[in-house]
Amino acid sequence: MDLAFILIQLLNGLQYGLLLFLVSSGLTLVFGIMGIINLAHGSFYMVGAYLAWSLASMTGNLATAIAIAIPLTVVLGMALEKLLFRQLYTRDHLYQVLLTYGLILVFEELRSIIWGDDVHGVAVPALLNASIPLTENLSYPVYRLAISGVCLLLAFALYVLIQKTRLGMMIRAGASNRDMVQSLGIDIKLIYTLVFAMGVALAAFAGMINAPLSSVTPNMGSHVLIICFVVVVIGGIGSVKGAMAASLMIGLAETFGQVLVPEVAGMIVYVLMAIVLVWRPEGLFGRK
Amino acid sequence: MSQNDKDVFARRGFLKGTAAIAGATAVGTLLPAAAAVAQQSKLKIGLMLPYTGTFAQLGVAITNGFKLAVDERGGKLAGREIEFVTVDDESNPAKAPENVNKLVQRDKVDVVIGTVHSGVVMGMAKVLKESGTLWINPNGGAGAMTGAMCAPNFFRTSFSNWQTTHALGKVLKAKGHKTAVFITWKYAAGEEMMEGFKEGFEKEGGKLVKELYTPFPQVEFQALLTEIASIKPDAVVAFFAGGGAAKFLKDYQAAGLKGKIPLYGSGFLTDGVLDAVGDAGEGVETTLHYADGLDTKKDKAFRLAYAKTFKLQPDVYAVQGYDAGQLLAAGLDAVKGNVADKAGVIKGMEAAKIDSPRGVWTLSKAHNPVQDMYLRKVVGKENKSQGVAWKALADPARGCKA
Repeated sequence: MDLAFILIQLLNGLQYGLLLFLVSSGLTLVFGIMGIINLAHGSFYMVGAYLAWSLASMTGNLATAIAIAIPLTVVLGMALEKLLFRQLYTRDHLYQVLLTYGLILVFEELRSIIWGDDVHGVAVPALLNASIPLTENLSYPVYRLAISGVCLLLAFALYVLIQKTRLGMMIRAGASNRDMVQSLGIDIKLIYTLVFAMGVALAAFAGMINAPLSSVTPNMGSHVLIICFVVVVIGGIGSVKGAMAASLMIGLAETFGQVLVPEVAGMIVYVLMAIVLVWRPEGLFGRK
Repeated sequence: MSQNDKDVFARRGFLKGTAAIAGATAVGTLLPAAAAVAQQSKLKIGLMLPYTGTFAQLGVAITNGFKLAVDERGGKLAGREIEFVTVDDESNPAKAPENVNKLVQRDKVDVVIGTVHSGVVMGMAKVLKESGTLWINPNGGAGAMTGAMCAPNFFRTSFSNWQTTHALGKVLKAKGHKTAVFITWKYAAGEEMMEGFKEGFEKEGGKLVKELYTPFPQVEFQALLTEIASIKPDAVVAFFAGGGAAKFLKDYQAAGLKGKIPLYGSGFLTDGVLDAVGDAGEGVETTLHYADGLDTKKDKAFRLAYAKTFKLQPDVYAVQGYDAGQLLAAGLDAVKGNVADKAGVIKGMEAAKIDSPRGVWTLSKAHNPVQDMYLRKVVGKENKSQGVAWKALADPARGCKA
């Protein structure tokens, strides 16, 4: 492998890492900050992808589809929080596991009833439907680079929101001591509803902008769920910075693992997770 | 029903089942007259197929195909009425033994038809080898079923994984390709298809320069596509299915490889995904035992009847289900419906010449179809037949001693 291809693989790894960050960002919020074990994260991702597909085929435009779909998923998130998740904050984690596992089944069945079991594709928006030639026979799709840009923007926005704004301060305070925050006169219920809805919308958004790349299939959510938990655990629970670092690490490890040691490529991510957890049980950027 | 109740149930069923089997053997050997009585009862056919999950549509297509074959015979096989018992196997290998036991021991079916997922097929094989129940597999291509695990009561009407790629070696040679890269998921079916291709290609003097694997069911191909670009083989051969296949075809095009390095594959790469991939599939050539545009009388009649009955277009899975019905009919006709004469049914099926929509096929010694493999080319939304790539291809059935 010459230098050019090593550099391209580096690009592949970073790009895949950013994609992982995008997909797991919603889980970082809901699991990392609110402490809810949300197994239905993958289902929200799937809902986003199917919404993008059906709205894009109706409106003929992915951007319009996304603009319509995001408010829908925010409403979905708020409704789920108010009706279901709110009952579980004071209970054991096991209840959350049960509820969110149930939600996976409900969403899969609804998907089957509403949209059927076919594999669908979403066209890449015309504006971004181009490739940049890298070598004589390999080119890089512009859409992938555009997604990377969106991921970076999103990471920055999340960081600012949580670390630098008043709302972010309240979210962080609520995460460490819910009762205290409430007795200080802050409407913690509203904040939790907002954060949860944001988590759902982020997961769905990831599904939407990823739809042209990954195609839209039944059970697509369960494929991303595990890797999302790995990202959050390696990065450290509650840390957006950690999730970013973990995503990039996994992206690079998977890419170079597949090329250099294909026999064990399937294990690399988990070995990486084990090493990180032995070295820092709280994750890369987790609080002790 | 709680888990506990279920266990008690399964256990009771098991005990009853064993007793019944012991009883049946005794009656069968001592009192041939009992068989004649049994003939008046309905023939019990157990369908163990996926009716939920990713493969749900395949399960439905196979069921439809099978029922069409029965309908064509007046709703009866060898003059006997049919009772269907269905079990949803959920494509879950962990539940395979339990599910097949429901049919064999609780329902005491005469024949088991199933299934799609190769892992579940292997789970079924263990149970059915012991029980000796007649078994027709209408899809799952695990080589071992008609290889190391083969048994007199095991039949398959679909393909072995090896078969679906073996003919590609000849195809690539004819096109002047000397080197190739194979890319697939790292799991049993992928590896068997890789073996099938490698053998066929090397026999023709070609060289498989690299085998590329990605963990199942991962769909991030970018690193491996870069690898392909750096190797620059004459051709790429791929096996993926469903959503993974759709994504691979699109990524191959997006990476600029389409049109520079020709792409070939096992037929499943382009089956059922052409609506999803736009023009990314156009021109991709694959081999499979069925194709669009075969233009035979049998295929046309089948497609018409299927579309009329189910308001759906048939696919390769429907054909495999239909042939499972035809094969069973041939076996039962040979014994005039007396299914208790298992050896007679098996003989009848072994001798059958199945007039399938895919073309006429017969069974190998290991009970896998000896069939023509078509070369197909994606044209629009169809896998158009380009003619036969390999006439009467038989699986080598390695390790089969039965």
